[in-house]
Amino acid sequence: MQASRLPRYVDICVIPILNLLTALFVAGIIIAIIGENPFTALSVMLKGAFVYKGGLGYTLFYTTNFIFTGLAVAVAFHAMLFNIGGEGQAAMGGLGIGLVALSLGGILPVLVVIALAILGSALFGAIWGFIPGYLQAKRGSHIVITTIMFNFIASAIMVWLLAGMLMAPNQMSPETISFQNGVMLWQFHDILNRLGFDIGRSPLNLSFVLALICCFLVWLLIWRTHLGYRIRATGFSPKASTYAGYQPETIIIITMAISGALAGMMAVNEILGVQHRVILNFTSGYGFTGIAVALMGRNHPLGIIFASLLFGALFQGGAELDFEFQTITRDMVVMIQGLIILFSGALAYMFNPMLEKLFLNEERLKEPNND
Amino acid sequence: MTDFWFQFLLALDSTLRVATPLIFCAMAGIFSERSGIIDISLEGKMLMAAFVAAATAYATGSAWIGAIAAIIVSIIASLIHGFACIIHRGNQVISGLAINILASGLTVIIGIALFRQGGQTPTLPRTSRFNSLELPFVDFMEQNVPIFGIIYKELLSDHNILVWAALASVGVTFYILFKTTFGLRLRAVGEKPEAIDSAGISVTRMRFQAIIIAGILCGLAGVYLSTATGAGFVKEMTAGKGYIALAAMIFGKWKPVPALFACLLFGFLEAVAARVQGVEIMLIGEISSDLLIALPYLLTVILLAGFIGGVTPPRAIGQPYIKER
Repeated sequence: MQASRLPRYVDICVIPILNLLTALFVAGIIIAIIGENPFTALSVMLKGAFVYKGGLGYTLFYTTNFIFTGLAVAVAFHAMLFNIGGEGQAAMGGLGIGLVALSLGGILPVLVVIALAILGSALFGAIWGFIPGYLQAKRGSHIVITTIMFNFIASAIMVWLLAGMLMAPNQMSPETISFQNGVMLWQFHDILNRLGFDIGRSPLNLSFVLALICCFLVWLLIWRTHLGYRIRATGFSPKASTYAGYQPETIIIITMAISGALAGMMAVNEILGVQHRVILNFTSGYGFTGIAVALMGRNHPLGIIFASLLFGALFQGGAELDFEFQTITRDMVVMIQGLIILFSGALAYMFNPMLEKLFLNEERLKEPNND
Repeated sequence: MTDFWFQFLLALDSTLRVATPLIFCAMAGIFSERSGIIDISLEGKMLMAAFVAAATAYATGSAWIGAIAAIIVSIIASLIHGFACIIHRGNQVISGLAINILASGLTVIIGIALFRQGGQTPTLPRTSRFNSLELPFVDFMEQNVPIFGIIYKELLSDHNILVWAALASVGVTFYILFKTTFGLRLRAVGEKPEAIDSAGISVTRMRFQAIIIAGILCGLAGVYLSTATGAGFVKEMTAGKGYIALAAMIFGKWKPVPALFACLLFGFLEAVAARVQGVEIMLIGEISSDLLIALPYLLTVILLAGFIGGVTPPRAIGQPYIKER
């Protein structure tokens, strides 16, 4: 990352918004080129994401996924590690939930099974992050390549298990049998229904609360604990942290395990919250979206919540596009996601020279007045 | 036994077909990464090219015009990558990822807008595709020459012109990289850009040339997928081939000929996986083709971890070059 001479609020507010607007502007041009009105598309998406009954619930449901995968990418980023393996770690997390729920369901009390299943998702995700972390730290293999490969390996393992020994009998699709009754996280519309409110059906469930707790814990970890300090020090300068006696190797391994655990917990939302059985490809690219989320959210939990909300709205609003337009589908959202990664990730500093001119000149003008 | 031999020949034959896009992309990756630019956008460039090739070939009726259009679009994608990470010194992995995701969205959106077929292009007639090349005297060879005759017929004949082009691209890559001044400079730029800069050669220019070549090669891979083996574009038709090619390039230690063998090995595994589902093998038991498919990735991880010989990537890879003033 380049050191910026810009005022802090420009760095953390103006630049992300400018990047986002650029991405949306380009998306708008593309929509116009294929012959639709970008503003109509935008209003359809906004209505779908927030206005229609249940829309907000779906938006927050997707938000939950992105908070988990976004946090995973962000934690690794703090140690200057690029974890592209969220997809595979989430898939393994789903496997962890499945193994716990299917083997212990009916034996232990339901609440214990749920708690163990959540731990299972974190543990399996952590293992899938730990191995690339170990290979990077001890064997020098590049984390980006290893995590890409681990995505494919995880996907092959899932196909092998779900179409093989874990496949539900008398079933054509590759999925497990449903979990024992009650092994699930409650959905908000059920809870609120009992209290007398009707918010419309949506898959939003208690995982959302879990995600927010994880945000707080990550903030605590990164900025308020010694481990977090060491993670940031390792990211800032591995040499200096070696000199300080921090053993960057160990930090890399621990960071990747934490990152993997967070990604793995995305499965809690999808599997424990909605499916109540393990299905194939439930990760549907959310692991990759986590990269966009972390980039937009500047690796800070608060930023990640906002960025996740944005992507949640994009995903839910994108689903609405399918109904309203013949030519625009939710693939539009994939494209917008690509543009956001391009403009707020790869081209994050494109506007810096321009803004520096703008703001630094202004400050120079201000200074004499203050005297 | 003759049946086994025949099946083996057929597997080798489909190995070549499966490996072709991998070979193109692996060579593209070598050019890019040898110049110091990480290229995980092989997948996205290939996907865009596949779409443009099919769409243009359908509109014009000519596979060749389709190929040219596809190569141009693939080069444009390369230039975006270069704009982000050479000019603006952006993160190369993030830029590559953006191109991949952009490609999977854009191809479908434009596909629907143009053809209204859920993101596919209409099926291409034989006349607007690259067709197989039957070598001369096939029947004569099969009947009169023992062993080689059948190899000639089943393995060598009846391949697409692009299969031969892919194999040729390995020789060309080798020649350019190791026998020309341009190649020497390109490798130097990936190892020690300061040296190239102080020799008065522009690092930026060298890197752009490298990624443009990578764009051309990825373009050819896409052309092969949609207008040679396939008869049109299908959503997500690259299906991770760009990443396997990336793995093959690493497996080949960033060298053209070893990378070719890695592509053939990975292609062979895929060809075999399609044939062995459910086959029992003594001592090992039933082979799972699901796991066999993951073998290239696993092998790459093991190799990268230094368990089968060491690998050294180009030294300056992933680092934007900042000219000292």
